[in-house]
Amino acid sequence: MALLSNAAVLLGKEVRTEFRSRELLSTTIVFVLIVVVVFSFTFDPTTNESRRFGPGLLWMAFLFAASLMLQPCFLREQVNDTLGALRLAVSDPFAIFLAKICANTLFLLLTELLMLPVFAALFNVSFGAQLPGILLTFLLGSLGISVVGTALAVISAQARMRELLLPLLLLPLLTPILVVSTEVTIGLMQPEPYMEWKGIGLMAGFDVVFLTVLWLFGEYLLEE
Amino acid sequence: MPAAPVRSIGLQFDKVDKRYGAVYALRDLTLNIAAGECVAVVGRNGSGKTTLLRAAAQLVRPSRGSIAFSGGAEDAKAAIGFVAHATMVYDELTAEENLVFFARLQELAEPKTRADELLREVGLHDRKDSLVRTFSRGMRQRVAIARALLAQPSLLLFDEPATGLDAESNLWLTEHLRKLRDTGCTILMSLHGDSELARLATRAIRLEGGGLIADTRRGAMFQSIFAAAGC
Amino acid sequence: MMKRVLFGVVAIGLVACAAYASFYIAPEERTMGAIQKIFYFHASTAWAGETTFFVCFLANLLYIWKRQPQFDWLGVTCAEVGVACITVVLITGPIWAKPVWGIWWTWDARLTSTFVLWILYICYLLLRTLVDEPDRRALLSALFGVFAFIDVPIVFGAIRWWRTQHPAPVIMGGPGSGLEPTMKAVFFFNVAVMHVLAAFLIMERYSLEKTKHDVELLQHQAEAR
Repeated sequence: MALLSNAAVLLGKEVRTEFRSRELLSTTIVFVLIVVVVFSFTFDPTTNESRRFGPGLLWMAFLFAASLMLQPCFLREQVNDTLGALRLAVSDPFAIFLAKICANTLFLLLTELLMLPVFAALFNVSFGAQLPGILLTFLLGSLGISVVGTALAVISAQARMRELLLPLLLLPLLTPILVVSTEVTIGLMQPEPYMEWKGIGLMAGFDVVFLTVLWLFGEYLLEE
Repeated sequence: MPAAPVRSIGLQFDKVDKRYGAVYALRDLTLNIAAGECVAVVGRNGSGKTTLLRAAAQLVRPSRGSIAFSGGAEDAKAAIGFVAHATMVYDELTAEENLVFFARLQELAEPKTRADELLREVGLHDRKDSLVRTFSRGMRQRVAIARALLAQPSLLLFDEPATGLDAESNLWLTEHLRKLRDTGCTILMSLHGDSELARLATRAIRLEGGGLIADTRRGAMFQSIFAAAGC
Repeated sequence: MMKRVLFGVVAIGLVACAAYASFYIAPEERTMGAIQKIFYFHASTAWAGETTFFVCFLANLLYIWKRQPQFDWLGVTCAEVGVACITVVLITGPIWAKPVWGIWWTWDARLTSTFVLWILYICYLLLRTLVDEPDRRALLSALFGVFAFIDVPIVFGAIRWWRTQHPAPVIMGGPGSGLEPTMKAVFFFNVAVMHVLAAFLIMERYSLEKTKHDVELLQHQAEAR
């Protein structure tokens, strides 16, 4: 299917480019680390407190990092008008979005997975057996952030004050992801961990709804 | 020698408007370009040349009117090659990587072979593994042209292709365009004024304020279009 | 012109009637006393705001489809009137809550999602100030408006689920729940009046937007000469 093969080719290029320079990943990881450290000064990081506040602070750090990481997504396509070249080359413009969303989800996920052991060590939280649950939560959360973030990156690339505009538009829209993913993560970090399947369902629902909206309206976002 | 296009296609603008707020970039444009024609589009800065070409490339959506393609082009986009002001290639990839990437996107058979072929044609084969970032303006233009030619387009759109090129690159470009014209490709190129490239055209049109104000084929009036454009 | 003035007079007259009804016709609530009467104003404004945002959503969709500037004017108009309504809601809620509950605010599902709704449409209006070209501004804000409106029920659902994990005092029961017949009548009268007022504000703001557009067009034509 042309849409999927186009998206695969584009995704390959995004990943290859990023792994060549690693500039996006490295700056994002360091930023998340800084946010976690700075936030930890705002409460007494005993293990109980960490279990209550930690997941929220972790997800806030991911959200802030994402809102910065998503900026170059379409800005870099404006430099040599490569977006025009992509629009000419692909059969369905949604392939461009699909590829960018997958790439952004991958980079976010990598950042989150690298931060997890650091977070666990800094706050004395353990969740070894809960790793699959945490992976699923991170995956659905990152996907939701990427879907909405990629769409908004197109909008902010065409406006003034774009560095401020993207976080401004993104954070309120991602309220459901923040609320639900924090709650699910809290459950997984308890002494008696439990999996909030309803929360997982809500996150999956969010992802599906916004992916569908983007599929319906994406070509208008790219229009000139 | 560039391969002949799969088929020749023509282009029709029917009462096309393109508005940006209160500003008309194109105004009530009706234009019929037959398959195989080589048309020069002249006009001052801001006359609508770039908008015309981007609209033909289907990158710009008209505010009013329609643009149609003739000649059995079910998927007109696949038959278009566009060389813009910007290079439309990635600085952080090599010349070969860029071409292979776009060839794969356009689902061409044997992308690497096609990329190689075009790199030889544009004279960049020995620099195929260098990042485009390290190229001169003339070399970047060649990569851009190679990218546009990947799918053997039947309609070529050039937006001021000679801008920033030195004499040698200019000569190369003129020769290459001549060969493409002679294979039956339909060419639409925007120019600032009379030049070597202009001499390739079989027809010239002049735009002003987004409207078409002159349209001549080769003959007595031809040179005057370029002079009158004040370029 | 006369029609507009008349409509304005009627709208304001109706608001006065609604206020009279709320204070003098509706009986005083058993436990909360007079302060409960703010509920008529508060909840009816909330409903009017939500209707306005729904009209904004429809205008956004129609603009994306038809690209007629009138839909863009309707969209920004409804967004502004909606934000005004929700601002009133967010102010009157705490005014009621403080004497009754002793707290200005609680993060219950309805209040929190109302707050997020308010922020989302403020972002919509902010976005419009940051895109200069009118057609681009119209399209981008319409697309953001679609995203925002679709997000609102999801926000509400997510926060409501979150609150089942962490129960909090719920400010104000559902409208019409446990309301005695006279109160219900007064309440629904207030709802209707608030919608009329919102419609009047939308009409006025819309004609302002249209005039702004006409002036810009004339200015541009004058400069072109």
